[in-house]
Amino acid sequence: MADNITFHFDVHGDNFSSAGEASQLVKKKLRQLGFTPDVIRRVSIAMYEGEINMVIHADGGAADVTVTDEDIIIVLADRGPGIPDVELAMQEGYSTAREHIRSLGFGAGMGLPNMKKYTDTMTIDTEIGVGTTITMTVKHKA
Amino acid sequence: MKIREIKDLLEAEVLCCEEYLDHEVYSACCSDMMSDVLAYVKDQGVLLTGLINSQVVRTASMMDMVCVVFVRGKSPGLDMIELAEDCGIVVLKTNHRAYEAAGILYCGGLTGNTCKEA
Repeated sequence: MADNITFHFDVHGDNFSSAGEASQLVKKKLRQLGFTPDVIRRVSIAMYEGEINMVIHADGGAADVTVTDEDIIIVLADRGPGIPDVELAMQEGYSTAREHIRSLGFGAGMGLPNMKKYTDTMTIDTEIGVGTTITMTVKHKA
Repeated sequence: MKIREIKDLLEAEVLCCEEYLDHEVYSACCSDMMSDVLAYVKDQGVLLTGLINSQVVRTASMMDMVCVVFVRGKSPGLDMIELAEDCGIVVLKTNHRAYEAAGILYCGGLTGNTCKEA
């Protein structure tokens, strides 16, 4: 692969039902590019969880996906409230989502742990009142 | 088990993607919590749920599921059906409650796999 392939999406925070559109498009693109089902599933689940988080907690943001020779890199950047305690947020079952989010089927406190589980690397860069950027990579070469 | 057998066992109505009723599925899961489906489900082809919103279809799609069954007679909106059509996911609707629907499928031979983490 000579050049990296990039995709950019704006994730809208005001529309819960459209959350996941970007992940779905990326899933389609990766399928067209011929990646294995395992790689496609890991990327799309991790990105989908991140997208849902951006809609629930941060009023949307931007999602950028870069496909390089070795990795698929997902960068999710928002201008939300930031994460006060990242270690706590990474614990399974810990959630600050409000009750109505739970009634929509999310907010079980599995999002961030799940994103870490499905990817090879994940870093969280967050500042209170400024926003959060999450960078995840999935290796697609054995 | 073919999706068609699921439809028959649950006396379900087909809401979209009827052309895929002969697809084989080997396992199913039942949850109203999409977070848990994303976290714990692996290789289950069918999702039984009583939750109605478009994220049900998206979650099923992300997990490579091929069939969603809405229980308790719940009807998904047109936007959800369109999304499912786009994803090639068969949508069924049954009047059975979740527990009963799961039991009927389990006794019919569609077991659930042990809850495995990915």
